[in-house]
Amino acid sequence: MASKKINFEPPFHLTKRTDIPSWKAWLIRGVAIVVAFLFSGIVSTILTKGEFGGFFENVFLGAFGTERRALNLFQAWAMLLLIGIALVPAFKMKFWNIGAEGQTLVGALASVFMIKELGGKIPDGGLIVMMLLASIIVGAIWGVLPAIFKAIWNTNETLFTLMMNYIAIQLVLFAINIWAPNGSGAIGVLKNGSFTGAFGVNYVINIVLVTIVTVILFVYIRYSKHGYELTVVGESVNTAKYIGVNVRKVIIRTMILSGALCGLAGWFLVGGSPTPTINSNLVAGRGFTAILVAWLGQLNPFIMMGTAFLVVFFQAGSAQVATTYQIGDSSAFSGLIIGIFFIIVIAAEFLVNYNIVFKTRRKKAEAVKKTTPEKAEEKIITEEQFEEELESIGTRYFERTIAKSENFEANDTFTPQKEETSSEYALEETNTEEKEDK
Amino acid sequence: MKKKFFALLLVLALIAVLCSVFVGCNKKKDDQIVFGLITLHDSSSTYDKNFIDAATEVCAEMGVKLIVKSGIAETNACYDAAVDLVDQGCDIIFADSFSHEEFMIKAAKEFPNVQFCHATGTMAHTENLANFHNAFAAIYEGRFLAGVAAGMKLNAMMAADATVQPIMGYVGAYPYAEVVSGLTSFYLGAKYVCPNVTMKTRFTNDWYNVQLENEAAAALIAEGCVLLSQHADSMGAPSKCQEKGVPDVTYNLSTKSDCPTTYLIGSKIDWSVYFKLIINALKNGEAIPTDWCGGIASGAVKLTELNESVAAAGTQAKIDEVKAKFEAGTLKVFDLSTFTVKGATLTSYMADVNTDAAFTPDTEAVKTATIAGTEVKYIAESEFRSAPYFGLWYGEGGVAYGIDGITITL
Repeated sequence: MASKKINFEPPFHLTKRTDIPSWKAWLIRGVAIVVAFLFSGIVSTILTKGEFGGFFENVFLGAFGTERRALNLFQAWAMLLLIGIALVPAFKMKFWNIGAEGQTLVGALASVFMIKELGGKIPDGGLIVMMLLASIIVGAIWGVLPAIFKAIWNTNETLFTLMMNYIAIQLVLFAINIWAPNGSGAIGVLKNGSFTGAFGVNYVINIVLVTIVTVILFVYIRYSKHGYELTVVGESVNTAKYIGVNVRKVIIRTMILSGALCGLAGWFLVGGSPTPTINSNLVAGRGFTAILVAWLGQLNPFIMMGTAFLVVFFQAGSAQVATTYQIGDSSAFSGLIIGIFFIIVIAAEFLVNYNIVFKTRRKKAEAVKKTTPEKAEEKIITEEQFEEELESIGTRYFERTIAKSENFEANDTFTPQKEETSSEYALEETNTEEKEDK
Repeated sequence: MKKKFFALLLVLALIAVLCSVFVGCNKKKDDQIVFGLITLHDSSSTYDKNFIDAATEVCAEMGVKLIVKSGIAETNACYDAAVDLVDQGCDIIFADSFSHEEFMIKAAKEFPNVQFCHATGTMAHTENLANFHNAFAAIYEGRFLAGVAAGMKLNAMMAADATVQPIMGYVGAYPYAEVVSGLTSFYLGAKYVCPNVTMKTRFTNDWYNVQLENEAAAALIAEGCVLLSQHADSMGAPSKCQEKGVPDVTYNLSTKSDCPTTYLIGSKIDWSVYFKLIINALKNGEAIPTDWCGGIASGAVKLTELNESVAAAGTQAKIDEVKAKFEAGTLKVFDLSTFTVKGATLTSYMADVNTDAAFTPDTEAVKTATIAGTEVKYIAESEFRSAPYFGLWYGEGGVAYGIDGITITL
C-alpha cells in the first residue's frame, strides 16, 4: 500500500515584486557589493595561502596606492564608461549590440590610419580633428551595418554584431602586417596624434570629456524626441508603429549613434594615450565588460558611472594582489575577481525583483489574516482514494463544460471570444471520448 | 532621482574615504636594490617562465627584492607598468617582449635615474640613452646544436625504417627576423648531420596561442613531418607531438615531464647570466652594456637536458664536438657554403640593423673569416646588434620559402 502526498508544497515560492522601495533595492545592492568583496577576499586567501587582510590592503593599494595609480584608475574608468554608455541607446531599443569591442577597435584603427597617413604632414591640432572624424565615422559604419540588415531583413543582430568583432580584429592584424613589413606584428609607438597631455597631466582631458559625453547622452535618452522614440521601439515595435514611429529609421539612427560613440572610445584609446599605437588587443575586452556595466547600471548613465567605477576598482586592485603574491598573470586573477563580483551582484538583482516567500512565513501571514487554515496540507491518502478523487474532478469538470456549452447554445446574443470557444469545444470533445471509452 | 543621488553618494563616499587613506602611501626600503620584471604572459608561457625563473633565482641569491608584473600587454599598459615600478622604488626594470621596447624607452626618458633593460629589442644602439639597454643571446648557435640532435634522430629513424622521409616541421610565431634566424639555424644544424633534410614551417602570428600552435603542429604532422620544433611560447606544439608520438625539440624549457616519450632536447637562453651582470653593475656603480649579446661560452646559451630514451645513440658526443667548434670559433652557423637560396650561393645579405620607420636594410651582414687557413664567408648574426637580423624568406608563386630546403606556410 503506497501512499502519496498530493498537495506537496515547496518550502518557499517566489513572487514578482514591483513595488520595492528604492532604499531597500539599493541596500540589497550595497550588501551584495560588500559580500562580493568579502568572497573575493576568501578566494584570494585560498590562492595566497592565508593572506586574508593582504587582499584588502592590496586592492586599495593597487587602485589608489599612488597618485599615478589613482589617475590610471580614472582613465580606465572613463574608457569603460564611454563604451558602456555607447551601448545604452541600443539596449534601450532592445537591439543587442554585443559588437562594441569591434566597433571600438575599428574606431581606433581609423585614428591610427590618420596618424600614419597625415602625421607630421599637417599640424597636430588638425590631425587630432581628422582622427576624431575618422574614428566616429568608421565606428558608426561598423555599428550601422548590422542595424541595416536588422531593419530590412530582420536578421539576428546578436550574432551579426558578435561576428563583426572578429572581422575588426582580422582587419587590424591585416593593417599591422602592411605597416610592419618586418613581420614582427607590431607597429610600435606613433610619434604624432596624442592629445592626452592637454591639461598638463595625462588622461585628465579624457576623463573630463567622457563625463561630459555621459551627461549629454543622459539628456538625449531621457528628454529628446529621439530618446523617446527608441525607448518605445524597445518596449513594443507594434506600439511604435501605431504611434507613427518609423521603426527602421530609429533602429538605423540609434545604431549609428551607438557605433559612433564606440568609435569615439577608439579615438580616446589611441589619441588619449601618451603612447598611441594599435594591436588586436587594444580594447582588451572592454566591449564585453561594458555590457555588464550597462545592465548593472540599469541603462542609466549616472548609475553606470558607479558600476563602471566598481569594475575598474576591482580590476586595478586585484591586479596588484596578483603582483604582490605572485599568483600568476595579473589580468587572469583580476578576471577571476571581476567574475565573482558580477555573479554576486547580478544574483542580488534577483532579490530586488523577486520576493522569496517561505512556507512558515506564509502560514504566519495566514494566521494573522485569520483565514481558516486548510488541514489538507499534510493529508495522506491511499491510491484508491487518489483515483477516486481524480475521477470526481474529471466528472465535475465534464459536467461544468456541458452546462457551459448548453448555456452558450441557448444564449444567441452572448458572443464569447473566439479562442475561448474553440478551446471549450476541444475540451468537450476529449471529455466525451473519455466517457465513451468507459 | 533619489536612486541616482544615493548611487552617486555611495561612490563618492567610497572614493573620498579610500583616497584619504591610501594616497601617498609609499613603501620604499632604503638600501636594498629593487628589480622590476615585466613579462608579456605568466609562467604558463614557456618563454616568460624562463625569465621569471631566472629572475627569482638570481634575486634570491643576491638579496635583491623582485617585483614581477606578469600579463602586461604590448600597449600603454607596459608604460604604466614601468612607471608604476619606478614609483615602487625599482632600480632596474626589465621587460621581456619585443614590442615592449618603445614603451620602455618612453619611461627611460622620463626617469633617467632608473635603469631600463629590454630583451630582444633593437633600438638601444641607436637611441643613445644612458639608462636604456638591449640584451639578447646568440641563440642561433643553441638552435644549431639542437638541430644537430634532431638530424641525428632523423638519421636513426631512417636507418630503422627505410620509408621514413627526413622532413621536419617548425611552428613559428611571426615571420620576423628573430624567428626566421632561429628556424634557419635549427635547419642548418640538422642539415649538418643529415644532408637530405627538408623542413616545413607554419606561422601562428601570435607569440602565445595554445590553440593555434596545437593546430599548426597537427597540420605539420599530417603533412608528413616526422620531427617537430617550435618558436612559439605555449605547450601547444609539444603536447600535440606527445599525442602523436612525434619527436620534438623545444625552446626555453624541457618538456620531458609532460612529454616523456617525445621530448628530445631544447635550446634556451639562461637569463640569469645577464641578470647577475646588471645587478652587479648597479652595485658597483658600473655602466650596463648598451647592447649585450650572451654566447655559449658565457653560459647564456644552453641546451636543456637531452632525453636519452628518445635521442639517437652518440648524440651527446656529437653535440659536444660541435659545441667545441663554436667555442673555438671554427664553425659558423650561417656559413654561406652550407646553403643556397634559389639554387645559388649568397654573396651579400643586407640586414635591417638600425630600426627605422620604413625598415630599410642598412648593413652588409656578410663577413669573411679565416679558419684553418681557408677563407669562410658567413652571415655575421648578432654581431652588429644583439637581436637577430637574419630574416631571409621570400614568396614566389603563392608559396613562401626560406633558404633552399625550407618551405613556409604563412
